[in-house]
Amino acid sequence: MKIGIAVGALIAFVVFPLLNLVVPPSSAFHLSAFWVTLAGKIMCYAIVAVALDLVWGYTGILSLGHGLFFALGGYCMGMYLMRQIGREGQYQADLPDFMVFLDWKELPWQWWGSEHFLWAALLVVLVPGLLAFVFGYFAFRSRVKGVYFSIITQALTFAAMLLFFRNATGFGGNNGFTDFKRILGFSVTAPETRMVLFCVTSLTLLGTLLLARWLVASKFGRVLAAIRDAEPRAMFCGYNTVHYKVAIFTLSAVLCGVAGALYVPQVGIINPSEMSPANSIEMAIWVAVGGRGTLLGAMLGAGLVNGAKSFFTVAFPEYWLFFLGAIFIAVTLFLPRGVLGLVSRK
Amino acid sequence: MRSGSKGAAALAALFLSFSVHAIDKAALERLAADDNDEKIAAIAALVAEGDPKAADVLKQAAEGEIEIDGKKVEIVVNNRVRGRIAEALSVLKLLSSERSERSAAAKALAGGADPSMLPLILKAREKETDAEIKALLAMTAASMQMKSEDKATRLAAIRMLGESAHPSAKSLLLEAAADPDAEIKAEAQRSLSAVQSRLVWGEWLGLAFAGVSLGSILLLAALGLAITYGLMGVINMAHGELIMIGAYTTYVVQNFFKGTGIFDYYLVAAVPASFLVAALVGMALERSVIRWLYGRPLETLLATWGISLVLIQAVRTIFGAQNVQVENPAFMSGGIQVLSNVVLPWSRIWIIAFAAAVLVAMWLLLSKSRLGLYIRGVTQNRSMAACVGVPTARVDTWAFGLGSGIAGLAGCALSQLGNVGPDLGQGYIVDSFLVVVFGGVGQLAGTVYAALVLAFANKLLESWSGAVLAKIAVLVFIIFFIQRRPQGLFALKGRAVEA
Repeated sequence: MKIGIAVGALIAFVVFPLLNLVVPPSSAFHLSAFWVTLAGKIMCYAIVAVALDLVWGYTGILSLGHGLFFALGGYCMGMYLMRQIGREGQYQADLPDFMVFLDWKELPWQWWGSEHFLWAALLVVLVPGLLAFVFGYFAFRSRVKGVYFSIITQALTFAAMLLFFRNATGFGGNNGFTDFKRILGFSVTAPETRMVLFCVTSLTLLGTLLLARWLVASKFGRVLAAIRDAEPRAMFCGYNTVHYKVAIFTLSAVLCGVAGALYVPQVGIINPSEMSPANSIEMAIWVAVGGRGTLLGAMLGAGLVNGAKSFFTVAFPEYWLFFLGAIFIAVTLFLPRGVLGLVSRK
Repeated sequence: MRSGSKGAAALAALFLSFSVHAIDKAALERLAADDNDEKIAAIAALVAEGDPKAADVLKQAAEGEIEIDGKKVEIVVNNRVRGRIAEALSVLKLLSSERSERSAAAKALAGGADPSMLPLILKAREKETDAEIKALLAMTAASMQMKSEDKATRLAAIRMLGESAHPSAKSLLLEAAADPDAEIKAEAQRSLSAVQSRLVWGEWLGLAFAGVSLGSILLLAALGLAITYGLMGVINMAHGELIMIGAYTTYVVQNFFKGTGIFDYYLVAAVPASFLVAALVGMALERSVIRWLYGRPLETLLATWGISLVLIQAVRTIFGAQNVQVENPAFMSGGIQVLSNVVLPWSRIWIIAFAAAVLVAMWLLLSKSRLGLYIRGVTQNRSMAACVGVPTARVDTWAFGLGSGIAGLAGCALSQLGNVGPDLGQGYIVDSFLVVVFGGVGQLAGTVYAALVLAFANKLLESWSGAVLAKIAVLVFIIFFIQRRPQGLFALKGRAVEA
């Protein structure tokens, strides 16, 4: 794992910046903005996969609502980016364009303070974290588990999607947020900004991996594994499993929120379809493809599935769903330990 | 019209039955006059007596030529006069002996007519025997009288509206209730409250029907899942796609029947076809994929989700991504008017009946048949059932096929209500799971109650807060409900720590 991390860091912090910024665009070795964005996007997904692996692979709770936390983080960052547009929007108004369009006169309460980056960054952590804490606390306290938990997290993200589709909710309705101009005063489309965002994403992914590795190796992680393997026994041994589950669920949601916040400035759009139940289920398959219960596997899975998606949707758009469906079936039937399980047979 | 000419006209009609001369000649001459007001007065005069012959004259007049004393006279008809003629023709039809003609005429006049038509409308209302047409005429007459200058006429009209139960009476009275005249205002308010108390019944009835209708749809969508998930414990995320397959089967069967004389009966073939196709697809899935995942619900969830993606894309490849059109047979179009503001569409009524029939059939199958006995036996104690000779693996396949087939029936029903497209099933999957979970896993009765309760809650909230917020509220309610009672509304009692 150490070698892998070193190679990954080398690629992310040396090779990508060199090829993208230093090598001239005319050279065959030049890396275009498309690839930088794609790689940055997939790394955001990898953070989500590691976060989901913590709750599913290590604790045995399958959440099908992690797309919601991802999108919430994205929306919090999106609000800040919308305010950064200033008067350069279509209507040259102080308010974001869609509010002018809806004939709103002032910012709704959800938007208070959104012009400050620090507040936005705080929201990115707080909003998904609080929601996960409250939801998780009530769900785990009532011993909702297994498939029931999966179904109600799915219902939660579905309800949130319906809510965010409404114009009256104040987050741009169907269209969500887009047309960003600046982040912290720098243009979001400038190659340097892109590269900085890319490096920050790589750093975050690295941090997530190290944190997760430390966590699963600690005593806390052992209890999580015990909960996964035999929750009643863990309970009878005197552990309050609710606390452990709420803690890991909340941490996982916060990581997803951060990933979403990094995703939005790179991709340039956030809308309610990110919250659709289908997206959250797809996240579970990233983890399953790579190998549940292994951190590198989750990361690898996110890369493999999304890489395949980028390839298929360009080359054979009709066959992408066939392929994705086949992965779902094949992995569950033949690869219970994922791709990594093939390589490292113990 | 002068009454003296009445006898003469009748006499003339006897002798010259082909000719329109039976009509008072003076009126005809006025009709041919240059002045439009004169023409309109003549039309009113022709109509006032209610002579059926007048209709012929008016029809000719509309074409621009009438006969007076055997001579053809050209008349100029502008839009205003033509409108009056059309009204006059409708008013004359009010006296027809055919009920359907009278009803159509009354509906045509519902928007109001020239004040000169009022006397005849009132007359027609008095003669009218059919309650529905009579009420409609009263509405029309009252709405015309409301515009009158005379206060007594207006008061009478308001009182007449107070006896109606028509939704448009309410809007007319609301207008009158804002009148500056205190007497009219008071009278209008009295009538308004009377109308509203009558309408409120219709509103509640409409709401109840909408609730039962949505409940029957939810029930159909969830019944199949009550077997595959509720009894067998298979998390079948492809359930929605089995519904979609049923709907597409109906579409294919319908295409076979198109252009033949027996198109109206295509559902007779489509219902068993959609059951069979969906059941076969379901059994194939059980044999090939689901069988290997029993006891691993989370893996089943992911695998069946993959299956649903494949099925959606397969249908998209075969039939195209666009929605396809499924036509209703004739007996399902239209509806019955129960109250003036409640129309129950036939398609909805049929689907409620269909859902009830499917429910009864499923109950009979599960409780009375050998297969049902096996399914219940395997559900309750698999190893014991195997010991006494139940072929458990085969029963699993049959049970899954049964659940899938019922999903196909749901698709057949849904194709009669809305669009049929590859994404049809996606909209029902969350709903159907929630119905089954809310009702309590393993409980058919629970599923029925849950479908009805959720549908009523949804419709009640919808009338109060709009469709999207109602949906969100129901979802949040279920999330909270499951936290309080993870075992659902009706749970089997047990002492196990783990479910």
